[in-house]
Amino acid sequence: MQNPSSHKRKKVLPVGHYRGLGAWTVFFFIFLYLPIVVLIFYSFNANRMVMNWGGFGFDWYLKAFNNDDIQNAVWNSLIVATVATAFATSIATVGALVLARGGNFRGKTISLGLITLPLMVPEIVTAVAVLIFFSAVGINWGLGNVIIAHITFCIPFAFMPIRARLEGMDTSLEQAARDLYASEWETFRFVTVPLLMPGIVAGAMLSFVISMDDFIITLMVGGAGSTTLPVYIYSMIRRGLTPEINAVSTVLLFVSIAIVTAYWVVSKKGTD
Amino acid sequence: MNLWLPKSAAGKRWLGLAPSYFIIGIFMLVPMVIMGVFSFLEPNPYGGVKPVGSLAAYVKLFFEYDLEDNLVFNPGYINIIFRSFQLSFGATLLCLVFGFPVAYYITLQPENRRNFYIYLITIPFWTNLLIRTFAWIIILGRGGVIETPLLAAGIIEDSLRMMYTDGAIAIGLTYSYLPLMVLPIYASLEKLDFRLLEAASDLYASRLEVMTKVVIPLCKPGIIAGCILVFIPCLGAFIAPNLLGGGKNLMLGSLVQFQFASARNWPFGAALSMLLLSAVVIMLIFYARAASKRASMEGSD
Amino acid sequence: MKRLLTLFTAAAAMLTMSLAKADGELFIYNWTEYTPPELIAKFEKETGIKVSLDTYDSNETLLAKLQAGATGYDIVVPSQNFVPILINEGLIQKVGVHSLPNFKNMKDRWKFPEWDPKQEYTGPWQWGTTSFSYNSEMYDGKGTSLQEFFEPSEEMRGRLSVFQTPDEVVSLANIYLGFPFCSEDAKQMKQIQDMLVKQKEYVVAYNSETMSDMLASGDAVMTNHWSGFSRLGRLTGAPIVYAYPKEGVVGWFDSMVVPSSAKNVENAKKFMNFMMDPVNMAMLTENQGYGDAVKGTEAYYSDELKTAPEINPPADLKVFFAPTCSPKAQSLIDKVWTKVMQ
Repeated sequence: MQNPSSHKRKKVLPVGHYRGLGAWTVFFFIFLYLPIVVLIFYSFNANRMVMNWGGFGFDWYLKAFNNDDIQNAVWNSLIVATVATAFATSIATVGALVLARGGNFRGKTISLGLITLPLMVPEIVTAVAVLIFFSAVGINWGLGNVIIAHITFCIPFAFMPIRARLEGMDTSLEQAARDLYASEWETFRFVTVPLLMPGIVAGAMLSFVISMDDFIITLMVGGAGSTTLPVYIYSMIRRGLTPEINAVSTVLLFVSIAIVTAYWVVSKKGTD
Repeated sequence: MNLWLPKSAAGKRWLGLAPSYFIIGIFMLVPMVIMGVFSFLEPNPYGGVKPVGSLAAYVKLFFEYDLEDNLVFNPGYINIIFRSFQLSFGATLLCLVFGFPVAYYITLQPENRRNFYIYLITIPFWTNLLIRTFAWIIILGRGGVIETPLLAAGIIEDSLRMMYTDGAIAIGLTYSYLPLMVLPIYASLEKLDFRLLEAASDLYASRLEVMTKVVIPLCKPGIIAGCILVFIPCLGAFIAPNLLGGGKNLMLGSLVQFQFASARNWPFGAALSMLLLSAVVIMLIFYARAASKRASMEGSD
Repeated sequence: MKRLLTLFTAAAAMLTMSLAKADGELFIYNWTEYTPPELIAKFEKETGIKVSLDTYDSNETLLAKLQAGATGYDIVVPSQNFVPILINEGLIQKVGVHSLPNFKNMKDRWKFPEWDPKQEYTGPWQWGTTSFSYNSEMYDGKGTSLQEFFEPSEEMRGRLSVFQTPDEVVSLANIYLGFPFCSEDAKQMKQIQDMLVKQKEYVVAYNSETMSDMLASGDAVMTNHWSGFSRLGRLTGAPIVYAYPKEGVVGWFDSMVVPSSAKNVENAKKFMNFMMDPVNMAMLTENQGYGDAVKGTEAYYSDELKTAPEINPPADLKVFFAPTCSPKAQSLIDKVWTKVMQ
């Protein structure tokens, strides 16, 4: 599906090549990964101050794992991300089915705009708007407030891969199922959904990561006992830089990388 | 026919869209409308609003009552807004200069390697913004990764004092949003027909001219998209100015947060948010027009 | 579809679980690094109540959060000058602290204070002073005058850290310039504003949390600081000295209050009573190094604490407690600070 001449390109078209591009790219990736490497490296610092190297050790991991507040924050983050992902993905799936399969109808562009709205608005504006809304309407559900806000901004992230998958999907299998007297529901359940699954899984993973990472909205909207991991990390950073922050961050980092890698594999499979 | 195929009833269509409309409408659109209304109310001195209409929040952007209660022009907020635009612009430019050659280089690679590069670029983007910014404290800070070797080697004698500066904020922003620049540029470069470059070269275009007259004009939509995608979050950034700027060099995002967290002026915070939102809308309209103009040009080919 | 349903049920179950408030819970919202974990552990062990802790960095943040409708906090710890505001705004409730069994342990000096004359709302936490600290290896001055902080010498350029919120900074400036607290005099406030704007040229960061780290690393040579928090920094081995300027320092009294929206009022009262027990209060003081308002705690102090310079100020030190400002004075303070922050 890619340009078949891509292999020949180097020989046939040296025109497009420029000196130093490779070196620049190497530099770019160093810039991109150096902070992450530094972060991970210092998580093994045995000293109390992050920047004074005091020998290699796992002390801060142990300390982080035994920290009740961190456990609570992780638990809160997981609850919020799981619930928000479940809702956002379901909502995005039905929305995507309509928008990708519903043909052209009045209001399609507006609907598309509405669903992707949370992507366009700066986070701080969303945070402020939601904060004012909850306060004006008087909704005080603690973690529930956070979950509602997360569902809202996760919808577009779940929506995009699902819609992309739907648009690349052939309808002939569904047609065939209908021709073989499968009911609408059966066709949907046994043909459409399995075909769509990679998109749904990809969308769910994206919204999970996005929810796990959100900070500003949670900070502004959260009430008692709704400290999530990023909010806790923020308070740790402000209290003083200890390698414990690095340890927690490293763990979170690997969770994110694992999910993104899984997402990558799933979505690549989807396009093959 | 099939429920999920084009001929389905409009009712089913709206049933499918209803949850999205419900959630985003109630928890995103309505709040933004309320926020707009709040920006026209009077602040309660201890937080919240009084139900009294007032333009004070918008007047405050330009004028202030000084300590003797005279209305005077106050450039303070304009300066913060200007600085936010300046820093966001700087970070966007850095992203472009830094990211464009990389996007171009990736396009030149064979396909499987290209995918791997893109994967490598997306990874830092999906990791927590807070953590990525925190890493820069360790790098830029006093006794950090950059300073320590330089001090030890005797190249510098005193701290470089890189933390708590506008430069630190710009680096933090550039790092945070770099992938948002590379990905759209790559997406448009990927579609580039390399035979055009050859043609230009055959017509005696220099290497530089091939780049400036062929490649860059053709991937302009990607560049514009990348710039907008980077510029918008920079403008509303909160983490980088707070952690790397020392809370001294406010940007729009931190100014907004400040109104709610300690200054207790909700209407002003709401007005600032409206301002930020309008800047975003203007940029998106600009982008949409550029895109549709392009589409119609391509259509007429 | 079944799987999807299961997922939903699980999600719904988790949602309700997180919303339901069990009986044995207590949500404390306190200043950063102000709640010793061992104290919480002891309370949990004695009562079986599960404690959750969130933190804030200033009285202003606390007020903003409560005002924005954040609910579910059972104990918050404002300073004396914010207590009347919280009462007037209806954000905290009467819990009859005077009738708690351990109230008898309170020192008479702090009983029925002017910010809570009937002791209906407030239970004692800690009291201390606000001044500035410096890194004695990097600074030659002696910290004898507030001038060193407000009108720093050239060597302080880019090395001074100031609190993030106006409350205590403006009060300290009042003391330095000899103005009354909560001044409604525009000329005086103008003078403070000019001084703080000028001071900003020397400021590296506005920060109310990592002062000791900044002093230890050298990112700042002089910072606004609280007495006990400065001691904690010194105990980690950094050469941090808490200054007692001749003009005086700001005094404050932080107390526990119960927000109107609290769900576990009885547990909050249990916690207040727990804290008025000298053994427990001594634990807090030992950890924090401020002063306490409970009789008989000294018996439990370590020698280190008894002799710590941060809680043993010179005898002639002037300590000024800030009252709650009138809305007019408050709006002047807000204007000054907004100007400085620009």
